[in-house]
Amino acid sequence: MREWADFSTEEAEGRTTVKVEGPLLVSTIGHLDPGLRALDQPVHFIDISNASPIDTVGAWVIYRFATDQNADITGASEQAEILIDAVERSASSADIEPPRLPIVPRVLETTGGKVFEFAGGMLNNLSFMGAILVAMAATIRHPGRLRVRALVRQMELVGVTSLPIIGLMSFLIGIVIAQQGAVQLQQFGAETLTVNLVGRITLRELGVLMTAIMVAGRSGSAFAAQIGTMKLTEEIDAMRTIGVSPVEALVLPRIFASILMMPLLGFYSACIGIIGGAVIGDVMLGIPFLTFLARIQEVVPLHDLYVGLAKAPVFGLIIAISGCYQGMQVKGNAEEVGLRTTKAVVEAIFMVIVLDAFFAVFFTEIGWG
Amino acid sequence: MSASDLHFDGEFPIVIEGLTNAFGDFVVHDEIDLKVRRGEILGVVGGSGTGKSVLMRSIIGLQIPRCGSIEVFGQDIVAAEPDEVIGVRNRWGVLFQGGALFSTLTVGENVQVPLKQFYPELEPVLLDEIARYKTVMTGLPAEAASKYPSELSGGMKKRAGLARALALDPELLFLDEPTAGLDPIGAANFDELTRELTDTLGLTVFLITHDLDTLYAICDRVAVLADKKVIGVGTIPELLQSDHPWIQEYFNGPRARAAVASRDRGNRAKGMDKHSDREA
Ligand SMILES: Nc1ncnc2c1ncn2[C@@H]1O[C@H](COP(=O)(O)OP(=O)(O)OP(=O)(O)O)[C@@H](O)[C@H]1O
Ligand SMILES: [Mg+2]
Repeated sequence: MREWADFSTEEAEGRTTVKVEGPLLVSTIGHLDPGLRALDQPVHFIDISNASPIDTVGAWVIYRFATDQNADITGASEQAEILIDAVERSASSADIEPPRLPIVPRVLETTGGKVFEFAGGMLNNLSFMGAILVAMAATIRHPGRLRVRALVRQMELVGVTSLPIIGLMSFLIGIVIAQQGAVQLQQFGAETLTVNLVGRITLRELGVLMTAIMVAGRSGSAFAAQIGTMKLTEEIDAMRTIGVSPVEALVLPRIFASILMMPLLGFYSACIGIIGGAVIGDVMLGIPFLTFLARIQEVVPLHDLYVGLAKAPVFGLIIAISGCYQGMQVKGNAEEVGLRTTKAVVEAIFMVIVLDAFFAVFFTEIGWG
Repeated sequence: MSASDLHFDGEFPIVIEGLTNAFGDFVVHDEIDLKVRRGEILGVVGGSGTGKSVLMRSIIGLQIPRCGSIEVFGQDIVAAEPDEVIGVRNRWGVLFQGGALFSTLTVGENVQVPLKQFYPELEPVLLDEIARYKTVMTGLPAEAASKYPSELSGGMKKRAGLARALALDPELLFLDEPTAGLDPIGAANFDELTRELTDTLGLTVFLITHDLDTLYAICDRVAVLADKKVIGVGTIPELLQSDHPWIQEYFNGPRARAAVASRDRGNRAKGMDKHSDREA
């Protein structure tokens, strides 16, 4: 067990002396300090001749008590004197926490801050888009400036490495749609329509949508966290000083990679989903696997595929811009990286779903229903 | 230094034997031996990339060595279970080369982290007071205690890192290039502070540095890392006896001569002070 520092009081000739005993160390001072603070009688002397060893925390406790009580310290060893001297020189009353306003102004200020942040955010967003457009124009004029290596690397990260997880997800979704659809359609004796259901829904909607959500979670977050961390470690500033445009070097490859890979991933996802459906058709409905695939060709109009493929690059663009934009907005500390990453993913998925609803109406209106 | 059950009484708080560190095929240390004496400031020098930081990381248990043994306060660090090392962890303080402050906490709160971790019984009032005086003691302005690391200059981050390293009043202090990036006056103050704390608290300091002024001003002994080995340990005059070319170049280069000259000037000035004190 630890030996705690302790104290006792003595009265002599109307003067109070506090006698401190035991080691005055950070590890043993925990009970002494509250005791001294609770003492409410005036104290004239503090005797520390029986207190050793002492460290700066111990010296501080004694010094603080002596100053508050206006008492004299007696029996200090040479070391104690040096330490008390040192903490005395370092005494201050500054705040530890960042300055904090009282509640009413704080609420007002936070609200105002949010409004300005929103407006500033719009402006930043616009200027970021502008920077991307400028960089794109520059790349079109001087195609040699396109970072081919970075682009290929990002295509690998966004596309190739996500094949297993997207494949597994799509296969399972195909199974679920086919199985649930079959159960419902059987009630009308229309279970053969399961083929239409699986084929159309995966090619037109779910393949691309689920892929977009997966890419937002996998790559959108990675963009934000990576660029955000580079911002914190001043790598982005270093790039600018060398004359490398961060938008060209970091943002464009990610945007192009997402735009290029999303249609491929979406199509891949739809195909695997159909295979999943075909497996269920074979097992549950007695439709042979190959017959299922052949029927897909007959019942799914080609424009369903076009609808899916047309949406995919737009979703890719949104995910990449959201990730890179939030990454570039990081400043200050590590917590910000986390917040911005979350924001990037949530905003990207939200925008993707809103746009998907818009596309659904649009394509139906133009007769691709 | 007063003897107590809380303090380490052996002669060597750090004992390294046959230590080999390697990253893949790249060997950084090849069977090195080193002993740090209690109460001394041991300067560790060596060219960039000779493995000073890696050596420090392996002593504090962040880098698992390939082979060899490291004892800190008589406790084996390499083979020990994590909870066996806890009793050692609250007796050392570490200043990392990059500062390594917690970016979501203010300087004052950074100082309080180890205190809260090891001594939960300390009251918030006392914790705040400790954070304040530690901040000022390391040479930061008092207002810096409420600032976040991202709001500090490079040198201020170093000092804040030292404040956190000193939070527990440790017996053993690891400093990785504490004066790099400080202005010369600040660096001299930093040296003085290290010396003062060592003398009053009986600290043992493992000090990695490139700063020749620091070496001459405050180090009791110097260990030189080169060729994957510790090629020499001793006082600077002892090291000068060695004919290893790196040591000769290091201590006899133009910068070293300037450092010697400035130290001599400093001593002479102090000597004169003493004279005038006596006369007064
Ligand atoms: N995590 C790591 N992985 C691979 N190699 C490493 C790692 N950390 C350090 N090294 C290598 O170990 C060697 C020693 O590095 P260390 O950081 O200890 O150098 P140093 O002596 O502290 O240099 P400086 O004075 O510049 O700080 C270097 O060559 C470095 O490349
Ligand atoms: Mg280093």
